[in-house]
Amino acid sequence: MINKRFIKQLVSSFLDLAPIIVVVLIFQVLVIGKSIADVDRLLLGLFFVVLGLCLFIQGLELSLLPLGEAMAYDFAKKGNLFWLLAFAFCLGFSAAIAEPALVSIADKAAINASIKHVIEPTEIASARYALGLRLTVAISVGLAILIGVLRIIKGWPVYYPIFCAYFGIALITPFAPQYIIGIAYDSGGIATSTITVPIVTALGVGLASAIKGRNPITDGFGLVVFASLMPIIFVMLYGIAYA
Amino acid sequence: MLEWFMHIMLKLQDVCINILPIALVIIGFQCLVIRKALVYPKKIFVGFIFVLVGIVFFLEGLELALFPLGSLMAFQLTTPEFLGVTAKLPIIIWQDYYWVYLFAASLGFATALAEPTLLAIAIKVEHTSGGVIRAWGFRISVAIGVAIGLALGTFRIVTGIDLYIFIFLGYIIVIIQTLFAPKLIIALAYDSGTITTSMVTVPLVTSLGMGLAEAVPGRTPLIDGFGLIAFASLYPIITVLAYAQIAHWLGKRSHLSNT
Repeated sequence: MINKRFIKQLVSSFLDLAPIIVVVLIFQVLVIGKSIADVDRLLLGLFFVVLGLCLFIQGLELSLLPLGEAMAYDFAKKGNLFWLLAFAFCLGFSAAIAEPALVSIADKAAINASIKHVIEPTEIASARYALGLRLTVAISVGLAILIGVLRIIKGWPVYYPIFCAYFGIALITPFAPQYIIGIAYDSGGIATSTITVPIVTALGVGLASAIKGRNPITDGFGLVVFASLMPIIFVMLYGIAYA
Repeated sequence: MLEWFMHIMLKLQDVCINILPIALVIIGFQCLVIRKALVYPKKIFVGFIFVLVGIVFFLEGLELALFPLGSLMAFQLTTPEFLGVTAKLPIIIWQDYYWVYLFAASLGFATALAEPTLLAIAIKVEHTSGGVIRAWGFRISVAIGVAIGLALGTFRIVTGIDLYIFIFLGYIIVIIQTLFAPKLIIALAYDSGTITTSMVTVPLVTSLGMGLAEAVPGRTPLIDGFGLIAFASLYPIITVLAYAQIAHWLGKRSHLSNT
């Protein structure tokens, strides 16, 4: 039984990757017209990616997702605002910390800072900088989810907090050091990837379904985008603080 | 073999530390605040193990395949012999790099169209809008948005124009569109871009940007290389809102002509 599901998931993970492979192959054959070096390494890597995605998504569906969804519903029914907001913050924070892509980007940002002599060129200083960056992103994602949940409860329009975030970004960008801007703008999209998106969407839609007078479609969505905007502001502030 | 095993074990340890907080949050809140016992503790435990092993394999594959693939494409599409120029000139003619923009756009279009989360949402949208907004139209408009975003993003890396100019311009367009858009679609349009930049797209696109900034003379990878993800999550908002606006308008018109 498990095997059948596993194979199904394996196929769908491969289909995730298929468009990338197709586009790259078309360009390689028709445009560049050269054979790729190290094909066996690439194939092995792609196999690992498919296997990893398959296990990861199946694991999420067994554990984190149903739990998160049920908990959002329980919290909404319980009606204790303090605990719901505390849960929203902790969930956003810990999901961003767990996000695999954020780890590698934070390391790259640390290299950046060390080239620009913002931090000492030692490994310890780089590691501290990278961890600080990840914590900054995680705190801002947590805050964003907290505000987003508050929005769903209060029934504010989805674009209020988003326009405020746009405004904040425009206000802070001129003061941020040049080297951090690109990383800051990308950090939001990177932090809201495979772990954060399904959990946060489940939380939003679960809450909006549980609260009377809220529509899961118009009120339940919009958490993810806000969670991808807040880190931009906070990472730029982090850059200013370090300079 | 032993070395590889040690390397995997170290990675597993890192992943465990990263996953620990979310496990603590969910189980802690479940037991201490909601005060319900976990329903299927064994299933959940197995799920966590799957997540851990899955991330380790994924990260390994990332370094073996997705990161090299992105920089390889960036490198091959920018070599002087491919561009047809004799040597790397200090002055960059941005038109020479049209294959790069085309590659970025195709990549964005294809990955967005194949994204499973987006498919599920598109069906939901068609259902709730009463068929005014079609699932296919929604998906294609997201895909076009990602394609435009990535093409513009690579154009920016080649030319070295400041990132925030394009982003602020996008923000202004989004704000204007929001004022006129049908209420139903707004939240979904906002989320669609961020949802599309998934676990597979992010590393590939990031390494494409870095590789491009390295290959184009006068750009520094760590400064000019970032920004593609921001483009890919902003521009779909614009195309989806535009599509919703057009669909809404057409729906209204056909409704009027029927009566």
